[in-house]
Amino acid sequence: MSSVGSTTASTLAKEAAREKKAHGQPLWLLAELTYKCPLQCPYCSNPLDFAQTGEELSTDQWIDVFRQARKMGAAQLGFSGGEPLVRRDLEQLIAEARNLGYYTNLITSGIGLNAQRIAAFREAGLDHIQVSFQAADEEVNNMLAGSKKAFAQKLAMAREVKAQGYPMVLNFVTHKHNIDRIDRIIELCVELEADYVELATCQYYGWAYENREQLLPTQAQLERAERITNEYRAKLAEQGNPIKLIFVTPDYYEERPKKCMNGWGEIFLTVTPDGTALPCHSARMLPIEFPNVKEQTLEQIWNESNGFNHFRGDEWMKEPCRSCDEKENDHGGCRCQAYLMTGDMNAADPVCAKSPDHQKILDARASSELDHNEEQILFRNERNSRLNTRFNTREHDDERVFARSS
Amino acid sequence: MNAATNQPDILKAVPALERMFRFQWEEAQHAYVLLYPEGMVKLNDSAGEILALVDGTRSVAEICAALEQKFPNAGDLSRDILEFMEVAHEQRWIHYG
Repeated sequence: MSSVGSTTASTLAKEAAREKKAHGQPLWLLAELTYKCPLQCPYCSNPLDFAQTGEELSTDQWIDVFRQARKMGAAQLGFSGGEPLVRRDLEQLIAEARNLGYYTNLITSGIGLNAQRIAAFREAGLDHIQVSFQAADEEVNNMLAGSKKAFAQKLAMAREVKAQGYPMVLNFVTHKHNIDRIDRIIELCVELEADYVELATCQYYGWAYENREQLLPTQAQLERAERITNEYRAKLAEQGNPIKLIFVTPDYYEERPKKCMNGWGEIFLTVTPDGTALPCHSARMLPIEFPNVKEQTLEQIWNESNGFNHFRGDEWMKEPCRSCDEKENDHGGCRCQAYLMTGDMNAADPVCAKSPDHQKILDARASSELDHNEEQILFRNERNSRLNTRFNTREHDDERVFARSS
Repeated sequence: MNAATNQPDILKAVPALERMFRFQWEEAQHAYVLLYPEGMVKLNDSAGEILALVDGTRSVAEICAALEQKFPNAGDLSRDILEFMEVAHEQRWIHYG
């Protein structure tokens, strides 16, 4: 076989690379339907200033986006947010997407879900549900989610998703507070009969960057978690359990950066609640003007816009990337990480040991060994979003204190 | 599992696509693909032709016969088809009913 199943990104990247075009086609459409969310996870990938963004796209505008992207080749559609269940038109959006031929994925916290709605989604043609957990024990989960009832609801919904015959992915964002219980996390996933488990170590952009000291695990924690995951993989395979455990290592413990989004504007297209189109769901933080689906067609956005062309090719690279013999492997790493840590979005990703700013990563690793006060966690909610915007966080460390919830 | 390892049995076995996967033609890629949660496998021409006949009612022998009829100049296809069935089973794209 020319291609055998593997994780999304690598399979799709190879396909994109095989295309002779200057850049690939958008195979993956992430529809962030809303920034509204009942939870307050302190590592949320939504922008810090989400409370300031414009009006949400209407049902018809979303359907038009789905049609255009499908015509351009998109095959996977993720309904995300915020919490996509907040949208009352979700059933209709799923039905339209399924009719267009998408494989439809609902990426949810499970809060706001019930058996009737799961059945209605099934009828509309939903292919798969991903439920995110914050931890495998109730107390830590609810502390991180900022909700007392979250854990019990998630468990009930994960069981219902399987009972109704969906493939199910469980997603655990791992960090300092839950990574030592990775055995319990895996056992919970086995018990819930997940098909795939994403043990996704937190990546530090947006809210997670603000909370990095409270979240970044130590190297020892990480190595232990990976070893235990491997032991479970072997044990589960031996038992004939088809569950797949996907372990995502955080950049901060690598010596080379990852190839951001498998190439900027190569595979992924994110459309945010107000219609802003992005090559990656974090990219909104960059000082680039990104196009909006209300003003341009997806063809124009994908092929012609400055936002999507910005980091295609390697013209933009600086040293040490420009002359680096590994630049094809990682394309200079993550642009958001470079911008967040160096203030220059064209710089090498500091994760790279060749970056002049790599010391910042080493400092963060060293800091992870220290005790940090849990009460300093900045929760992701509207109030903190507004305060964060007002106080322009990174420039004014003293003022940021006001934005902290305890 | 036994069906996949024992050749006479496998010809009689009836493969079906695993529930996790959806098989469809993708015009933009000019290829058949298998879609699954947040992922996709692009199939080459022969894999696509074989999976297009996997419907939970045809046996492997019937699939071989149908393809040999469709491609009369291709000769004996059963070896390639059995080889593919083994890969598809290993990958858990299909199961035997």
